[in-house]
Amino acid sequence: MYIDQISIFLENRAGRILDITEIFGENNINIRALSLADTSDFGILRMIVDDVKRAVDVLKGKGFIVKQSKVVAVEVPDRPGGLASVLRVLAEKQINVEYMYAFFEQPKDKALLIFRFEDTDQAVQVLEKHGIPVLKKQTIGVR
Amino acid sequence: MIWNKEKEMLPENSKKAHQGELLKRLIRRVYDKIPFYQDRMDDAGIQPDLVSSIADIKRLPFTTKDDLRDNYPFGMFAVPMDHVTEIHTSSGTTGKPVIGGYTRGDIDVWSEVMARCLAASGTTEKDVVQNAYGYGLFTGGLGVHYGARRIGATVVPISGGNTKRQIMILQDFKSTILTCTPSYCLYLAEVGEQMGVDFSSLPLKAGNFGAEPWSNNMRKEIERRLSLLALDIYGLTEIIGPGVGNECEYKCGVHICDDHFYPEIIDPETSEVLPYGEVGELVITTLTREATPLLRYRTRDITRLIPGQCECGRTSIRMERIMGRTDDMLIVRGVNVFPSQIEEVLVNIEGVEPHYQIVLERDGALDELEIHVEMNERLISDEIKGLEQAERKIRDDIESMLGIKVGVRLVEPKTIARSEGKAKRVIDKRTL
Repeated sequence: MYIDQISIFLENRAGRILDITEIFGENNINIRALSLADTSDFGILRMIVDDVKRAVDVLKGKGFIVKQSKVVAVEVPDRPGGLASVLRVLAEKQINVEYMYAFFEQPKDKALLIFRFEDTDQAVQVLEKHGIPVLKKQTIGVR
Repeated sequence: MIWNKEKEMLPENSKKAHQGELLKRLIRRVYDKIPFYQDRMDDAGIQPDLVSSIADIKRLPFTTKDDLRDNYPFGMFAVPMDHVTEIHTSSGTTGKPVIGGYTRGDIDVWSEVMARCLAASGTTEKDVVQNAYGYGLFTGGLGVHYGARRIGATVVPISGGNTKRQIMILQDFKSTILTCTPSYCLYLAEVGEQMGVDFSSLPLKAGNFGAEPWSNNMRKEIERRLSLLALDIYGLTEIIGPGVGNECEYKCGVHICDDHFYPEIIDPETSEVLPYGEVGELVITTLTREATPLLRYRTRDITRLIPGQCECGRTSIRMERIMGRTDDMLIVRGVNVFPSQIEEVLVNIEGVEPHYQIVLERDGALDELEIHVEMNERLISDEIKGLEQAERKIRDDIESMLGIKVGVRLVEPKTIARSEGKAKRVIDKRTL
């Protein structure tokens, strides 16, 4: 039901994201989704990867500090109002979204949304009750 | 101007004799009244009557800051509490502060030596002294206050901070003498310039600046921007506070009031007394202090002594600008900061010893202290607000411990350079 997301702390310096992606490339780890949150001094790189355990081991081996957290993946139709239909359900139940990011999948005409909730369990219950499919790890190619 | 020509211009021989007499009395007093000194001297096999002249001082034991801490709060007092009229403490906040006790006689001496310091910058009863040193436990505010009052000048006890009001009062009260830390003075200049104040049109004529290290370049800048004579004042809580000495208008070293405070320079490693002119650690004996007298107090300040009569006429020994500290203490905006204090805060938050670095810069006029903390398992968050909270928590805790503003920056793991496994704790980029 939940997806394991990994987050890495990065200083705002040139080439830092490249370093991470190169490490993943060398170790044959595929990034399924990614988002970067930033302030003037630092950023947090959040990623969904196909092999979480190995990604964490590899990064830690390289001296990175990695945070793992549970996020929820939701698939919505890739059309106007698609995202709103999901958010409306959450807003009605006063469910707070900490952050989210999205990408679309071709050729399925679907958009994939990654949500980080304050209360993940409650959010999943509400989504499922309203018939909004919460994706399993396997569905998005995560081991 | 010389406040006390008799004492400040004593011929060398009569000064030595005078210092010797005072030392004899001092040694008797500390032996009889302070168990700490009695034990020290008994252990070293030194009887009080062994001292017959000032030259014998080199046989006496040293006193260190740790000794003062061990005897906190009143173990070093040589008089009963009903003779103590005032207490001050060091600005440092590492654990226990250093305590200075003052009798009426000590306050009298303090007023005298501070009057000498203020007179050296030209203060007379006609002057208005704007005293922007902090009033309170810190010795700066009241020390200057007593000296200005002794002279009969008009004291404006404005204390530190509130810069716009400082500038208003500087203009409206026609202050002629300014006393504060040199970095605050430059900050004052900056703010005043932004407000469109023409300092050269003000009656301000001189300032006694101290409580932190500064340089000749800074002096030139202060003098240029504020159109005044900027002189260095030296002192420390353990000895009396400000008033240990002050530069004269010839700016060739701080004249130490050596009829009250006897200075020596030692090799900080071997504790051997070094001849005049050599660089080492400054050691001071309080010849006349009643409440908290100290024998050969190791100041940890590095400097050298310059003997001989100055062009100004004073014969009091001079001390060059403080060149550094023997320990790792940092003086930031006049406040003593120890890396260990910052470490303590971080350990309390993290529960582990973090990797951190203290970066000191002088941004314009003010010292800027930024603490870089390496990311670790306990700090990491997937949310910006989590990291910002961590930064804020560290900053708030350090600020409340040090009492000064600091910056905190989270940095990537392993980015702080380490030598022999230990991170270099302090990067001081201030150019004095």
